[in-house]
Amino acid sequence: MNLALAKTETGRALSDAFAVARDRLPGAGKVADARQGAFEAYERVGLPHRRIEDWKYTDLRVLMREVLPSAAAPDAAALKRAGAALKLHAIEGVRRLVLVDGAFAPKLSETGNPEKGLGIRTLREALEGGDIALHAQLFAPENADSMVALNSAMMTDGLVIDVADGAVLTQPLHIVHIASGAAPSAMFTRSLLKVGRAASATLVESYIAADGAKAYQAHDSLIVSIGDGARLDHVRLVEDGREAFNISSSVVTLGANAHFNTFGMTSGSNVSRYQAVIAFAGEGSRVETNGVNLLNGRQHADTTLFLDHAVPNCASREIFRSVVDDRGHSVFQGRIIVRPDAQKTDAKMMTRALLLSDEAEADNKPELEIFADDVTCGHGATTGALDESLLFYLRARGLSEKEAQALLIQAFVGEAIESIANDALRELAISAAQRWLAARG
Amino acid sequence: MPLLEVKDLQVRVEEREILHGLSLTVNKGEVHAIMGPNGSGKSTLSHVIAGKPGYEVIGGEILFNGEDLLEMSPDERAAKGVFLAFQYPVEIPGVATMTFLRTALNAQRKARGESEFSTPDFLKKVRAVAASLNIPQDMLRRGVNVGFSGGEKKRNEILQMALFEPSLCILDEMDSGLDIDAMRIAADGVNALRSPDRAMVVITHYQRLLNYIVPDFVHVMSNGRVVKSGDKELALELEASGYAQFEDAA
Repeated sequence: MNLALAKTETGRALSDAFAVARDRLPGAGKVADARQGAFEAYERVGLPHRRIEDWKYTDLRVLMREVLPSAAAPDAAALKRAGAALKLHAIEGVRRLVLVDGAFAPKLSETGNPEKGLGIRTLREALEGGDIALHAQLFAPENADSMVALNSAMMTDGLVIDVADGAVLTQPLHIVHIASGAAPSAMFTRSLLKVGRAASATLVESYIAADGAKAYQAHDSLIVSIGDGARLDHVRLVEDGREAFNISSSVVTLGANAHFNTFGMTSGSNVSRYQAVIAFAGEGSRVETNGVNLLNGRQHADTTLFLDHAVPNCASREIFRSVVDDRGHSVFQGRIIVRPDAQKTDAKMMTRALLLSDEAEADNKPELEIFADDVTCGHGATTGALDESLLFYLRARGLSEKEAQALLIQAFVGEAIESIANDALRELAISAAQRWLAARG
Repeated sequence: MPLLEVKDLQVRVEEREILHGLSLTVNKGEVHAIMGPNGSGKSTLSHVIAGKPGYEVIGGEILFNGEDLLEMSPDERAAKGVFLAFQYPVEIPGVATMTFLRTALNAQRKARGESEFSTPDFLKKVRAVAASLNIPQDMLRRGVNVGFSGGEKKRNEILQMALFEPSLCILDEMDSGLDIDAMRIAADGVNALRSPDRAMVVITHYQRLLNYIVPDFVHVMSNGRVVKSGDKELALELEASGYAQFEDAA
């Protein structure tokens, strides 16, 4: 840690911004104190850089340089642009919850007639309310990572969702983050999802932008707890504007005999980082994480996962596929820790990268730390180009070069996308992948 | 005008000349067999006609319906009616056979300025052809050639040939790796596609395939040239005498 480095010109500008914003951020008393503590934690490190091992490949001091001023509350014009942008990720049969420029937009959302056992509040309400136990949960993520700390200090809105014990939600919950494209700005959001014992839910997160949106920064975080015997299906699609930054963190805790199936795909944004900590707190649980990066131009996307096997008899499967064209840069860091008591752990991780140009780059960093002796753990990583013999076969059957590549790319990412259980959500992910392929020309 | 005219074709692969001035003329409705020992350049000829990268044409030309075939990309050639049945059809995991067939057929139709096939018409057509070739429906749902036996892979090639309705079919060592029953099914599929509007070039090392697909003309290749041409009787002579007599002639 280097205080002098943290106090760069942009660091000071942000300190001033926090000093100005502090009194307007939702929550007083203990909440304000927690924000202050988080901001100090952020200031001690500043923007993460390559000498911090977890951020080795994503040096925000080079890529991001500064944190933009906080977004203003969306006006009528911004809401109108956001409403039009919603079509891109419209899905039938979901409960839509929309955040425009980081603020909950009730008129674009569906909060009425909740299913039995479903409770929804906004983060703003939760922070301004007097539920001290809830405040503690909202500030639970550790401030050791400076971007998490910054998010804790600056968060303005988001969703606080409670699925009661035994409730089986039939309707997926869809949180849509939209940048309205007003002025270059930063949005700080945080959501909390509690899935009760033996409950079941599906959460979809979309990150999109209105037409013409230029530079903006989405800083998001998600806190999830999955109760004993519960199941959560999670789909995350980053299709932000091509000048956007998206820095998102998740903290997921599973009870006993719980099941977490998560899929993430990044095809948008200029620079993005998704970091997730998934911790097993009860035995007999299972996690499947599947991810896809589709990058071209000068896009940079970093997925950093930390699977914490702290208890025995849990299983985890990680599959990651990246497709990189032009001068794109894909990063996958997968860390698995098997703690001394976590016997009978079964953990596997497989990452594959497909490079479509000579200047494309993919970094895969698997890390296994195993402290128990009766476990099954494995990882594999491959990087390569499209198979010339397959391309020729397809072209000999009439497909153009781009069509042949598109078919093979779809097949390459297909295994990960197939992991999405819900048909409509799988279709949404496929259509996002097809948009990326179509944009290649 | 001949359908295919190969004139004095010279081809090099990685600095080594494989074809040394090969000529061949094929008209509509004809079936030509090209025979020859291993390494005589039979497969090179089929690859160059289909447009496989890695072959350098250093002399001669190939005309297809009078057009310069060597100027066209492999997909343009396919849309114009050139079809190569591969000796070793590739496996494409993750691409369902049905998806592949529809994508390919519609790409060819689009390139020719024709409308895309409607889904029901397409399915009906595929099912009918598949049934005639003993290709079970579940094979069409699997990845292209993934887990297919040698015979199934070859039948999948003939299925495509029947669907795409090319005017020139090149069958590269269709009999390799097939037992007699599998070969008979494949040959029946090919014979069903013989037509006055279509020509076939059957490349084979052994005469036995020609008992099932009876050619109008037989050419013997050796050291990168056609060294002898004749009718189907020539294949029987070769069966008796072998290729050794031609090794020095070239």
